[in-house]
This record gives sequence, structure tokens and C-alpha cells, in this order.
Amino acid sequence: MDIIINISGALCLIIGSFLCISGGIGILRFPDFYTRMHAVGVTDTLGAGMVLIGLMFYSPDFLIFSKLVMILLLTLLIGPTTSHVLAKAAMHNGLMPELAQNDNNKNMD
Amino acid sequence: MIDIVLLTLLMVVAFAIIKMKDLFSVIMLLGIYGLLSASFFVAMDAVDVAFTEAAVGAGISTLLILLVITMTGRSENTTRHKPLLALLVVVFTGALLIYGTLDMPYFGSADAPINNHVAPRYINGSMEEIGIPNIVTSVLASYRAFDTFGEVVVIFTAGIGVLALLSVVPRPEDSKKITPVNDSMHEQYLVIRVVTKILLPFILLFALYVQFHGDFGPGGGFQAGVIFSAAIILYTMLFGLNTARKVMNQSVVQLIAAMGVLLYACVGVVSLLNGGNFFDYNVLSNDPVAGQHLGVLLIEWGVGCTVASVMIIIFFSFAGRREMQQHNKYVDNKDQESSL
Amino acid sequence: MLIAATLAIFIAMILAIIRGIIGPTLYDRILAVNMFGTKTVLLISLLGFVMGRPEFLDIAIVYALINFISVIGVLRYSDTNKLKHPPSDENSLDKES
Repeated sequence: MDIIINISGALCLIIGSFLCISGGIGILRFPDFYTRMHAVGVTDTLGAGMVLIGLMFYSPDFLIFSKLVMILLLTLLIGPTTSHVLAKAAMHNGLMPELAQNDNNKNMD
Repeated sequence: MIDIVLLTLLMVVAFAIIKMKDLFSVIMLLGIYGLLSASFFVAMDAVDVAFTEAAVGAGISTLLILLVITMTGRSENTTRHKPLLALLVVVFTGALLIYGTLDMPYFGSADAPINNHVAPRYINGSMEEIGIPNIVTSVLASYRAFDTFGEVVVIFTAGIGVLALLSVVPRPEDSKKITPVNDSMHEQYLVIRVVTKILLPFILLFALYVQFHGDFGPGGGFQAGVIFSAAIILYTMLFGLNTARKVMNQSVVQLIAAMGVLLYACVGVVSLLNGGNFFDYNVLSNDPVAGQHLGVLLIEWGVGCTVASVMIIIFFSFAGRREMQQHNKYVDNKDQESSL
Repeated sequence: MLIAATLAIFIAMILAIIRGIIGPTLYDRILAVNMFGTKTVLLISLLGFVMGRPEFLDIAIVYALINFISVIGVLRYSDTNKLKHPPSDENSLDKES
């Protein structure tokens, strides 16, 4: 039982760290603001969720477990909202996404 | 090891802050700087300081400086002279200071004077004399209550200063503008308003939790006050200043700020009247430890009230002045259009 | 395993700072700060477990909230007149206060 908990916790931590690092690489290599925001928004929330679930397997007592659940719920609520607000503000202020060159339809506001 | 990496990152961010001319980006980097300092404090195991640094440095001061540059403009004036003399003075003073510290004992060494006289007395005596597990709170609230009183009075004075310089009396026609402003903001900020309404009770409850849990874990009055005011500031940003002024009546907030300092001072005076020294909590009740608990609870409550109210007052004053500037610009534009 | 996860989060934070310094537009920098804040929440939680002091989770909750409030504040005040740089194409929409 103990070793199952340890392995599941380690697995969740590995998945979470991989997602976070790939989000970090994405924010550096993507060409445009909107694509970078897509990378950060998705990997931030899911990576944070996985790391927190992995930490829940390691928690010694119930109070710490419930605090981790609270942080998880907060992250799941706050992450997508921030992405939405950021994209909306950027679009509203005129930052246009780059379109492919051989694409003939114009972007609609 | 992790200290060196964090300090290097801090230096890199500090250089980037100095070199950039776009003030908005500088604010973003200041936010990162505050978060890095708080991580540094966590790595050094100073949890209460990290708490306060996170709440104040990365949250409130970013918002306040942001409000200011919405009124002053985004780019920095370029300096026209090279301040070589100032650089020389700074380097000279820095070298003197470093030379002066060469004689001091190493950071955290066992035979430094502070670790021989005062610190062992606090660490050994805290649990029996005061009986709360968090030594930082017991030092802040009981052993050094007088210094904390000075801090609270300084915060209160800052609030008075901001009120004296920047306060804008709300006009009666402002309350008629609430509904149209609310409608237009509602369609623009709909998603974020709904999410804020879900989050606000949680943030306020968390502020109360931090206030009263400060005896057992990181927390206390300062941090709780800052978190409470951060919740109110969030509400003000998204629902408009006039709505927020109706929710938190400004004169009541000012009264609470004064009451916080008064509560703190009254605890000291009551100890005097009961026969002990100023801020000697042992005489507040029959059992000395219970007296200490009561004293710590009351003064932390006073600190929390004052800090929250002063932060709210400062934000309302800044935002009110910004609104006045916008209103004047709007009136000027209308005058120009009508005179054309 | 916890230490490896801490190092991975740390690397992600450094990548976010790099984007924060070189990001050409303002919104890249806001995105970098937001990502840095989320990673700091994870870093504090992991450090709490590594150093054996799970009371750090309170700080993690505060960071998450403060990060959220800061980004909302920045975005709320970033579309004022004085702060608009002219956008790259001439699609300037009507500015509001």
C-alpha cells in the first residue's frame, strides 16, 4: 500500500514537472503572443494540478491534504480566468494575431 | 546553493529594471522582483516575512504604482547628464560599509552578541511565559510590543498623510452615475466579475483565518490586514469606485483605522492601570499566561484593523484622484467640442 | 523525487523570466509574470514538503490570490489613454478610461 502511494505520487510529480517545463519552453519558442498564451494557459493549470495531486499523496495528515485541495481548486478556477482576461484585453487593445501568409480570409474582430 | 541562484536572479532582474525605459514593463519586473524576494525568504526559513513580502511587495505596491503611472504616463524621461559624481559617492560609501562589516561576526554564528543575550531568552522563555507556538508572533506582539506600536502608528501616519494630500471628497452626483457605469462595465468584464464574486468570500475568510491563526503558524495582524484590503481593492477595480464607496463607507473606514491604533494603545494603558508596566500583559487577567493570550489577541486585532483600513484609504484616494483627472479631461474635451 | 520536481519548476521559472525580459510587447511580459506567479506557488508548496515544514501552504494560497489580483489589476488599468502605445497595425479601437 505504501509503495503504491509513493509510486503514484512520484508519477504525478513527474507528469506535472514535464508539463511545466514544456510550458516554459513553449513560452520561449512560440512565434506570437496568442500562441504563447495558449501554451502557458493550458500547461500552467494542468501542470499545477498534477503537481498538487502528487503532493497530496505525500501529505502526512488531513489538514495539509485539505489545504492542498483548496490550492488545487483555486488554481483550477483562477488559471483559465486569467487566460481569458489576458486574451480579451490584448485583443481589445489592438494586438492582432499573426496569420499564415497563404491564408486568404481576414481576421474578424 | 539555492540562495546563490535566487540572489543571482534578483540581480539580473534588478539590472533589467534599471535599463528599461518603459515604466509598465518595469512594474511587471517589480512584481517578479517581489516574488523572488519572497521565495528567497522562504528558502531562508523566514516564513512570516515571506508572507508579508508576498502580500505587500508583489500585490499591493504593484497595484498602487500602476495607478500612479496611469496618471503620469508610461515612459521615463531620459536623463541628459551622466551622474559620475553620484556614482563615485555611492561606490565610496558602499566600499566603506563593506569595510565596516568585515569585523562583524559571520551571519548566524553562535558567538554573535545577538545570539547570546536576547535570542536565547526569547526562544527558551517563549513557550512558558507566553504559551503560543509561533515565536515570531510572541516576539512581535509581546516581548517587543512597543516597537510594533511604533510600526502601527507609522502606518496610521502614512494613511493620514495620503488623506491630507490626495483626498477627493465624493460629489453627490457621483452616486447617480453608478448604474450606467455598472452596466457598461458589466458587459465588458462579465466573466471576471462572476469569478470575483465567487472568490471574494473566500479571500475575506482567509484573511480572518490568517489573523487568528497567527499564533500557531505564519500570519498575524499585518498579513491579515493586507489580504483583507487586497480583496476590497479587487472589488473596487472591477465594480467601480463609486460602488465600492457605497459598500465601504469611507468615513467608517477612517474611523476603523483610528480605532485600531486606539485599541492597541488602550491595551497598554489598561496594563498600566492594573499595576504592571506599559504593555505588560501579565496583569490583564488572573493567570499570567491567559493575560498574555488576551493581550496578544487584542493587539493583533488592532494591527489588522489599522493596516486593512489604511490600505483601503490609500487605494481609494489614489483611485479618486485618478477619476477626478479623467473627469476633468472629459469636461475639457466636451468644452473644446462645444466651442468648435 | 521532490527535489527533482523542485528543480524542474525552477527551470520553468527561469524560462519565464527570460521571456519577461526580452518579450517584445507588453502582454508578453504580463504573461511571463503570471506564469512566474503560478510557478512560485508550486515552488513554495514543494519547498515546504522538502524542508519538512508544511505550514508553507498558507503562503502558497496567498501567492495564488495575490498573483490573480495583480494580473487583474494590470489588465484593468492597461487600457487607459496614457498607457496606449500605438498598436502595430492601424486598427486602434476607441479608447476608454
